[in-house]
Parts: sequence; C-alpha cells; structure tokens
Amino acid sequence: MPLSDNEIRPRSELRRGVRDSLPIVAAAAPFGLLFGALAVDNGLSVGEAVLMSATVYAGASQMVGIELFGSEVAPWLIVFSVFAVNFRHVLYSAALGRKMGLIPGWRKAVAFFFLIDPQFAAAEARSEKGHPLTMAWFMGMALPIYLFWILEAWLGALFGSLIANPEIYGLDFLLAIYFLGLVLGFRGRANWLPVVLAASVGSVGAYFFVGSPWHVSLGALAGIAVAVVMPVRPEPESGEAENIPV
Amino acid sequence: MSAVPVNIWIILASALVTYLTRCGGYLLLSRFRRIPPRVDAALNAVPAAVLATLVAPAAVFNGTAEALTLAACLVIGLRIPMMAMFAIGWALIVALRASGI
Repeated sequence: MPLSDNEIRPRSELRRGVRDSLPIVAAAAPFGLLFGALAVDNGLSVGEAVLMSATVYAGASQMVGIELFGSEVAPWLIVFSVFAVNFRHVLYSAALGRKMGLIPGWRKAVAFFFLIDPQFAAAEARSEKGHPLTMAWFMGMALPIYLFWILEAWLGALFGSLIANPEIYGLDFLLAIYFLGLVLGFRGRANWLPVVLAASVGSVGAYFFVGSPWHVSLGALAGIAVAVVMPVRPEPESGEAENIPV
Repeated sequence: MSAVPVNIWIILASALVTYLTRCGGYLLLSRFRRIPPRVDAALNAVPAAVLATLVAPAAVFNGTAEALTLAACLVIGLRIPMMAMFAIGWALIVALRASGI
C-alpha cells in the first residue's frame, strides 16, 4: 500500500535500505575481490585499484578498464570503453529520475553517483510496490554496497592469489544467475515477453557480430524498440506485484 | 601535473564519464514536462531489456554447465522466490562444473 508522506519514518526507511543491500553485498563480494586481484595483475598499484572502485564504482566497466590497462591501449580508448559499458546508466537515470521527486536537488546529484544496476533494479521495484523513494532508503541501500566494494578492492589487491580459481566455486557465474532473477521479477510489466526476447536475441547477435561490451547497448535498444512500436494500451496498473526481493 | 601518473588520470576520467551517464538521462528528460506515452513505454522496458542482455549471452557463449544452469533457473525462477532460485542456481553451477559437463 502506498504510504503518505508523513508516514515515512527516516529511521525505518534507512533500516529497510540496509536490509535490501545485504543480498547485493553478498553477490557482489566475489567480483569486488576479483577486481582488486586482477587490477594488480594488470599493473595497477593497490592504491589505484582502490581509487578505481571508489570513484568509478561500476563492476563490469572496471573489469573492462583493467583489461585494457594491461595492454598498450591509448588512454582515451580506455576511458571511451568505460563510457560505452556504462552507457546503460543514461537509461537508468532517465527512468528513475522521475520517481525521485521526494529527493531534493543536490541530494539527487549525490544519489545518482550510487546508481548501479542492482540499486536501479531495487529502486524500480520499491517504487512499483507503491513506496515513494526516499534518500534514507536509497543511501541505506547504497552505502553498505559501496563501502564493501571499496574494502573488497583493497583486500582483493592484497590477497589476489587467494582466489586464483573462482570458476571452481562458480563465483564468476553468480551475476548471470542474479540478473536472470531480476529479469523474471519484471514479468508483470507491459510487453515483458517480447521485450525480453528481442533484447536477448539482439544481445546474442551483437555479442557475436560486434563483440562485447556493445551487446549491452545494442541488445537493450532492440528490446526498447519493440516496446516503442507495440500498441500503447492504457495500462490498468495491474495488481500483479513484481516479485523482486531486493 | 606530470607528477601524477597517467593511470590516475585515466581512472579519474573514467569516473567522470561514468557519473555523467548516471545523471545524464535525468538531465535530458527533466526538460520535458509531460512524458509522451511511447517514451514512457520505452522507459518501462529499460530494466528488463538491459538485464536480459547480461543474461542471454552468458547462456549462449559459455559451456553446457552454464546453459543448463540458466535454463533450470529460468524454469524454477517462475515458481519460487528469487533468493531460493539464486541458491539453487549456485549449487547447480558448482555441481555441473565439478561433474565435468
């Protein structure tokens, strides 16, 4: 049920946000550690690895970045690749910005820094359930993920050799499973099946013919294009809630 | 300026372009007062579309163990809560890889 504004208690919002962060902290941990380990492997110092996690704060693009640090690629090309991988965030801030009315100007600018994939998905899901987005919830979720992410870069850089074989424990594959769960959670939305099918086929085709990381932007565009050309129905806010736990 | 290694500049520039993507969509859209229905339909499709692009290639371009795991997760994920599906999927990928599939 939607809460009216005066029913929102910052402390319980904060607590709820921290609780929502826990599965993400757990799921992201192997990647945070792996990033630190690989960064040092590719010639970054421990300090530079930590700086990258603290300022870029976007796992996939950090991995792409350090892969290029290891080769003799021009600096601007590394920055451009990070931009390409992260371009999807433009879509996130466009979609979420209009639901952040309760969060005033400069705080919104702060909140956008923390707008990573799971934060976006959780915020969308929370707003879909009728909860207005508050700064307390948003930062309650964001800060634990962020602080652990930085800590993991440091630990991973120091003890990189401890996870020499992440495949044995399936760690490298956890994010795919996690993202699949999120996709299923959105199945109550209009045109969900055609959008997901188009994005899937588009991303596989782009991965094959163009290569990573373009499959993300191109595949998403295919899915979004399908949503745009489908007839627009006056959506009677269907009662089926999206079942996203995050 | 020459005292700062080029790595630091690359990292800071990467951070800047990343932040721009994270507020850019909002800055662009806030110039419109009402959102046209088709733009609205497009924005509603964004999360599922983007997330699907992170899953589908992982199912297709890895090995049999990975494809089987995601297929199983797709089927059970329609019926049970996500964290339970996540735990089963984790166990499956470890078991299937250990079995040498």
